[in-house]
Amino acid sequence: MNGTYEEAVNENGMNFHFVPTKKFKTIAITAKLKAPLERETITQRALLPYILQQGTQSYPDRSALQMKLDSLYGAVLSINGSKKGNHHIMTIRLETANQKFISHESDIVDEAVKLFKEIIFEPNHENNAFPGEVVSREKDTLRRKINTVTDDKMRFANMRLIDEMCRDERYKLHIHGYEDALERITAENLYTYYKAMLQEDQFDIYVSGDIDNEALKAKLLPAFQHHRRSGSKKPMQEAEKYPDQANVIIENQQIQQAKLHFGYRTHITFGDDDYFALHVFNGLFGGFPSSKLFINVREKNSLAYYAASRFESHKGLLFVFSGIAPQDYEQARDIIEQQMDAMKKGVFTEEEMANTKELIVNQLLETMDNSKGMVELLYQQVAGEMNLSPDALIDGIKNVSKDDVIQVANKLDLDTIYLLTSPGGDINE
Amino acid sequence: MNKLVYDQIGETVYKEKLENGLTVFLLPKSEMAKTYSIFSTNFGSIDQTFVPINETKQINVPEGVAHFLEHKMFEKEDRDVFADFGKQGASANAYTSFTKTAYLFSATDQIEKNIETLLDFVQNPYFSEESVEKEKGIIAQEIEMYNDQPDWQSFMGTLRALFHHHPVKIDIAGTVDSIYAITKDDLYTCYNTFYHPENMTLFIAGNFNEQRIMDLIRRNQTSKDFAELENINRGYPEESASAARKENKMTMPVSVPKCTVGIKESSSELSGDEFMKKDLLQDMVVDFYFSKGGPFYQQLYEKQLIDASFYFETTLEKNFGYTFIGGNTSEPDHFADTVRDLLKSTREALFSSEEVERMKKKKIGQLLRAMNSLEFIANQYIHYETVGADLFGIIPAIQSLTVEDVNNFSRNWIEDERIAVCKIVNE
Repeated sequence: MNGTYEEAVNENGMNFHFVPTKKFKTIAITAKLKAPLERETITQRALLPYILQQGTQSYPDRSALQMKLDSLYGAVLSINGSKKGNHHIMTIRLETANQKFISHESDIVDEAVKLFKEIIFEPNHENNAFPGEVVSREKDTLRRKINTVTDDKMRFANMRLIDEMCRDERYKLHIHGYEDALERITAENLYTYYKAMLQEDQFDIYVSGDIDNEALKAKLLPAFQHHRRSGSKKPMQEAEKYPDQANVIIENQQIQQAKLHFGYRTHITFGDDDYFALHVFNGLFGGFPSSKLFINVREKNSLAYYAASRFESHKGLLFVFSGIAPQDYEQARDIIEQQMDAMKKGVFTEEEMANTKELIVNQLLETMDNSKGMVELLYQQVAGEMNLSPDALIDGIKNVSKDDVIQVANKLDLDTIYLLTSPGGDINE
Repeated sequence: MNKLVYDQIGETVYKEKLENGLTVFLLPKSEMAKTYSIFSTNFGSIDQTFVPINETKQINVPEGVAHFLEHKMFEKEDRDVFADFGKQGASANAYTSFTKTAYLFSATDQIEKNIETLLDFVQNPYFSEESVEKEKGIIAQEIEMYNDQPDWQSFMGTLRALFHHHPVKIDIAGTVDSIYAITKDDLYTCYNTFYHPENMTLFIAGNFNEQRIMDLIRRNQTSKDFAELENINRGYPEESASAARKENKMTMPVSVPKCTVGIKESSSELSGDEFMKKDLLQDMVVDFYFSKGGPFYQQLYEKQLIDASFYFETTLEKNFGYTFIGGNTSEPDHFADTVRDLLKSTREALFSSEEVERMKKKKIGQLLRAMNSLEFIANQYIHYETVGADLFGIIPAIQSLTVEDVNNFSRNWIEDERIAVCKIVNE
């Protein structure tokens, strides 16, 4: 129904996914490397994206690499890391103009495939190490990143909430890594780790755009002749947490607007039977401007500029975010908790159900209209180790009943409430 | 309905100016699941002084009124318009910029109904004393949220350093004080003047049939009455070419200081191809020097004056323009001096033909990538239309740029008195 299909091929221990679509004027090649979240490796994985952008064997520094990208019609290279449940995913993406839209151009795609391969398999290195000065410089960059998280209050509050909520779980690991681990990284041990990653991580490559699958297969598969050991590591299983009482954490900073965040356990992950109902639950509760949180916290009580909820599909968490005046903490907290109660009691109409489903389907279809979003959505299946195509996901959402949503609401456990406020801001005047 | 075919990029646009003055653009794109629709007025935060419709005297309205009005458009006597869109499977939003206020939705279903909702809610205001009062708390929270964001403070702080009087130096949302002064009557005065169809554009891109949609819009618009409107008389203060001050230093709790170097771009009123050419050159030259791996970026990087937060941006509007270069830096003074010296060196620099070719390729690729987004196409098409230029004419315009064009621009780009610096340091 969204007009896209995916052809998957497994070769050389890698999974290749071809996604032809006429929606875009560009072609994107995306590599996804997946490994268990570990305290020992997360800092290296946070640093690598910065290093890999600093050059390859043929384009040995950032300027040379950038000139190459520019001459490929401003091809954009982006490399970053993210958490999905108990896994860390490193994404390397190269997007370039499709030569179909440029007169007298025919080898952009060939060149892009060649460059992409070189960025991954032949980063600038010497004697089994990355260049020392690049590593030391990029360590500074990452150290900065680790230390400036506190400047973005919304992100900071979210990070602190997860710190507290997942204290004994690997999901608490910070995506930018840790300063102590950073000190121990050297040009040599980072290179050794990267080599191991290329061997051991689960490795997926997506090619999307207005492409001819067969022609691209012929270009791509031989280019990625890379011998890999089979089988990727799985994280240790962690016991599901069932909090019996919510933990309340209040912290102070010099700020004008307080951040009130809630963390719930959903006990539902991607592809579970009630995963579809979780989507609908979140839509009714806080996913849209028509949701309970927005209407009640913002519109009816003028307490916040934003009040919303979002769920994590692979770990089974749901978060509420709101920005409020410090003195409104208790009132806002009561109203948010009342909205959750209303959800548990099923205080929403069939009409609201139908509208919300339509909004969610709309959102998913729109994601498929976005070149990055499309790959992210398709990759959910790899991350969640479950075949559930976007079309099947949409069908599942359409079939959710009101009872399904009430059941999900009653499955949710409030784990932690986190308030970041100005000094004295949590005391009612 | 005028049909404009752009062969090279494979797009077709249908254009019509309706009898009531509204300009409509339709860009059908059946590969997409969604339709994006934006209804935009040439009324932004800089329009604070003007002659209201059917009056003769110029008035001043409080800072932040355009943004306040945008918020209040969604509230009707008996309902909230977000909910209307929600019921029709659409997600709606709005934004206010320095020069525009825009209302928009995207949807994959019920497109016709949603277009009618968009037209009707924007063309049928309801403001009451009570609802205006209620909104003040919400907008005050929005302003406080921005007050805590060092990046936004740095952005506005640089604008205040660059501009003497031009209202671009005023925060789009206004201040907590200024918004508390806004009345229901201010909103109606602005509404009646600036939300006239003559001052508005509707752009719809996505999955629909152009004939049906154009018929629907015509029908909807003929059923409504509007007063006559000639030109809106707007007043902008005289603004000299130089920066208002050399430096603006602010204190805020930040873990690393921030520094932005601002260039006040020359703002001789341009339109059509001239505007587009200047817009492109400004953008391409800044990008050449400051994008990752560019010669200036590389020097700043090697001197350890920048980190991953480094950014640059450039904007050209009809009567103002600016370029910002900034980010987190532990040595704000050293950063500012270095950027200033680098900028001055551009007057002597000469671009080679290979460099210009590469710049052109990069810009073309950037545009094609941006055109993956219906939002980009609709917003930018309107932006260029306002200054008499054509978004889809950009690629040929880039192809026609010469080495001399780039060198001429670069030789005259930087003048010391048009540079200002904004620093944010810890208390």
